[in-house]
Amino acid sequence: MSIWQYANPKKFMDTTGPLLPWIGGASLLCIVTGLVWGFFFTPDDYRQGSTVKIIYLHVPSALMAINAWFMMLVASLIWLIRRHHVSALAAKAAAPVGATMTVIALLTGAIWGQPMWGTWWAWDPRLTSFLVLFLFYLGYMALWAAIENDDTAADLTSILCLVGSVFAVLSRYAVNFWNQGLHQGASLSLDKEENVADVFYYPLLVSIAGFVLLFIFLVFLGTHTEIRARRMRALLARERMV
Amino acid sequence: MPDLGKYADAVLSSYALSLLLVFALVGWAVMRSRKTRAALAEVEERMKGRG
Repeated sequence: MSIWQYANPKKFMDTTGPLLPWIGGASLLCIVTGLVWGFFFTPDDYRQGSTVKIIYLHVPSALMAINAWFMMLVASLIWLIRRHHVSALAAKAAAPVGATMTVIALLTGAIWGQPMWGTWWAWDPRLTSFLVLFLFYLGYMALWAAIENDDTAADLTSILCLVGSVFAVLSRYAVNFWNQGLHQGASLSLDKEENVADVFYYPLLVSIAGFVLLFIFLVFLGTHTEIRARRMRALLARERMV
Repeated sequence: MPDLGKYADAVLSSYALSLLLVFALVGWAVMRSRKTRAALAEVEERMKGRG
């Protein structure tokens, strides 16, 4: 029993296919629970007022924006080293999800920032690295779309993914690297003093779980689609040759 | 509905935009999956018909 057996597209689809409805359902349940709990049943913050409710969307989406890129990095490395097609296709499937999460994080951050910081946008290290990460997502998807040969596209996008990882790391640690800018430190911390209050923390955890499950659901679904699309292209090519 | 006070616009627009984007993403992924599955089935059927 080895993890590499899932590099076989059929094995991957047979294993993950039956899980899709369960993961999708669990994701929906967690997101609805987290957001309803956070929106209706948590108090306002003494400084931020009701804008604290934006945390249940902003933090999970920002976490997924960065972690989606790290998942793509691992999948790209597997492709570059072991040439497993499923890993390249999984990275391709993760890109639109990560890009959407980045947009949500940027939008909710701007909407929260306007009343709290007095500005929609600042060229702050974390905000700027997030914007660059979004541009990398767009470039990654454009590169996949621009190259006809699947293996060449996988090679080049994998290299782009390695380069973009610098900005994924910067997005995560910009606040620590440059102790300046408007963006505060991490909302979640193992240090109880620095962590958000429990009343906000638990619904936030549920919402994060929902976003993680949504990401897994969409990556599995997208990988299935990419495997089928690849098979279809292969069949059509064979048909043209006959 | 909780009293969101003077930040109601900010909070509600955040939720509306985010949920819209999430629904659009899920809808796009499901539609694309169905279309690709149907297109592949059609090609496989055609290939099978030709032997």
